[in-house]
Amino acid sequence: MMMKRRTALTLGAAAAASLAAPRLALAQSDVVKIGAVAPKTGPLAGGATVTQWPNVALWANQVNAKGGLMVDGGQKMVEVIEYDDQTNPGETIKAVQRLATQDNADFIIAPYGTGFNIAAAPLFDRYKYPQLAVSAITDQIEDLSSKFNGMFFLLGSTTAFVSGVVDVLKGMQNAGTLTGNKIAMVNVADAFGIELAAAARPLFEAAGFDIVYDTSYPLGTQDLSPVMKAAKAAQPNAFVAWSYPPDTFGLTEQAIIEDLQVEAYYTAVATCFPAFGNRFGAAANGILGAGGSNPDDEKFKAYAAAHMDVTGSAPDGWASATTYASLQILEQSIAAVGLDREGVTEHVKATTFDTVLGDMSFNANNFNERFWTVGQWQDGVYQGVGETGREGAKAVQLKQGWA
Amino acid sequence: MIAGKELQGVIVATILLLIAGALPYYGSDYLLSLGITIAMFTVLATSWALFSGPTHYISLATAAFFGLGTYTAGLGIETLPFWVLIGLAGVLGAGLAALVGLATLRLSGVYFVIFTLGLAELVRQVITWGQNMTGQKGLYVLTDFTEANLYQMLVALGAAVFLVGWLINRSRLGFALRIIGDDETVAAHSGINTALAKVLLFMVSGAVAAMTGAILAPRYVYIEPALAFTPLLSFQVVIMALLGGVHRLWGPIVGVIPFTIILETISANFPNQVTLFIGIVFLVIVYFIPRGFAGLIEQMRDWSRSREGLT
Repeated sequence: MMMKRRTALTLGAAAAASLAAPRLALAQSDVVKIGAVAPKTGPLAGGATVTQWPNVALWANQVNAKGGLMVDGGQKMVEVIEYDDQTNPGETIKAVQRLATQDNADFIIAPYGTGFNIAAAPLFDRYKYPQLAVSAITDQIEDLSSKFNGMFFLLGSTTAFVSGVVDVLKGMQNAGTLTGNKIAMVNVADAFGIELAAAARPLFEAAGFDIVYDTSYPLGTQDLSPVMKAAKAAQPNAFVAWSYPPDTFGLTEQAIIEDLQVEAYYTAVATCFPAFGNRFGAAANGILGAGGSNPDDEKFKAYAAAHMDVTGSAPDGWASATTYASLQILEQSIAAVGLDREGVTEHVKATTFDTVLGDMSFNANNFNERFWTVGQWQDGVYQGVGETGREGAKAVQLKQGWA
Repeated sequence: MIAGKELQGVIVATILLLIAGALPYYGSDYLLSLGITIAMFTVLATSWALFSGPTHYISLATAAFFGLGTYTAGLGIETLPFWVLIGLAGVLGAGLAALVGLATLRLSGVYFVIFTLGLAELVRQVITWGQNMTGQKGLYVLTDFTEANLYQMLVALGAAVFLVGWLINRSRLGFALRIIGDDETVAAHSGINTALAKVLLFMVSGAVAAMTGAILAPRYVYIEPALAFTPLLSFQVVIMALLGGVHRLWGPIVGVIPFTIILETISANFPNQVTLFIGIVFLVIVYFIPRGFAGLIEQMRDWSRSREGLT
């Protein structure tokens, strides 16, 4: 018993000591400390390990390979401090607090997910960190940026995403490839899915579409076959799903099984993932999805090659490049004004940046108004087909069967 | 009325409470954010142990009550003062606990555990259904409360929980619950209304968890079902309370503090292996301190006394 007690006490003492020990190794001024908080475990870990973490690694690798960040005329190496928030906003808050006050991070990369970015916003604001939020899509941009001066939105707004889909379908109708106005619409009954569906109903109707089937399914539904059967029975011209990664795959599997005959087929989040194209091969051709990019652009090609080279995986066709662009903006701002965080925020507001997506700047609400809204798998490549001011959009193709 | 030893306990508790409550005046922001986590789990684990300690009913409903409180604050923040919302959350939490208690506390053992686990999911699905019907999205709770404000609200709630727990222990109700925990049949034969006693305690526990959720809503800023009703919360509360020991009122707090600090150490130093290390810590707890820290402390006290007796 004595042994056991001593073991427990030693463990406790070791834990207390390592908590109290300052991070001496990091207390050097010749490095720039960049904090990163995002899920490595929990429900959002799958998305973050495709979109967020590889870009942090790629950027830090590239900056250090060049000899470091340009700061006040000299160069400083980048040191990334990574924390797992376990897909729990309480952990995100704790980790940002830890980065700001214990690790003395010079800058913090915005977290992953809408709720997590908003939960962290008061802390970014208190310590004057610029927050270049990528994976955060909302219609509250004006409110949030007026409350949190350094909060920027790069990826788009909810309404813009829905409008993108409406415009693509309207364009197909005008071109004569979409021969009717009947839409089957489904959504995952969770935050983003609900928000998109609610925004879509009036927009579709205003554009003259008839929603012949409209239903939702709970998050985590395994058997989507009844949903697809009912959608097929409504005989729509187009199928639109405001879906999350697992059901984006699940619905498409069912569409193939049921041989759903539509002229346009759209699933939302994760359609742009390389894994989607790998999973469905030729059957993916013609499938529309949320977000896009221009894979034929030289900058994007170089980025994708480096991504493959450094991280061993391909970037997704949407938020990956935007995440990387947010880090380029940070890098260019530091080169311009140094490590002054409020200075960086003001610089981001006022400047047009040269990024992997082309020129990027922010309006009075800290909103990047030019982004990709819709993409489509065309001959095994995910191409951007809908945008709000980006170059290189391809023509939309008709969905022709599932072979 | 109060015996000398109890008076001593009350004085010590008051001093500790004042030291804890004054943390924002001497601690760093980082300590304060750790303090919020500790205060939150202290309140949740202590109120959980008020019910589960004497009755041995393991409740996994903490997340349901917590989420209910969070949503009460989220929905009412535009129209009602925050103080009213905390109270309202308490009333709703107690009401839900009464409903659930009346329906399930006649069940015993594993049936009760399973029902409470399902309750969080049930409430979450009801709210999601409501959102889906109305197109209502995540709620924003934008307030001017600082972390120090929220922390002190939690400490005050914690003090109230300890006071209530202390009063219940001294009352006929507390005595009745201890008898129920030892042998429910005997309790019923002694004329104790076992169902009523259990439901009353469950209501206290539910009300406190809902009030905690309401207090923390401004910290999360953005409320959505997946975040408010995370089932992990229920398990964390149970584990921390058991680590501390549920047979003493002060038991859970001596579990919460080391657990939070160890968890913080792990997530700061081994961000890629958090889950693995938590698992190892659990194994250590189960093998080396099965009766919780409270049991360990009492054991050490007995041991040092018996040594004094020998010399």
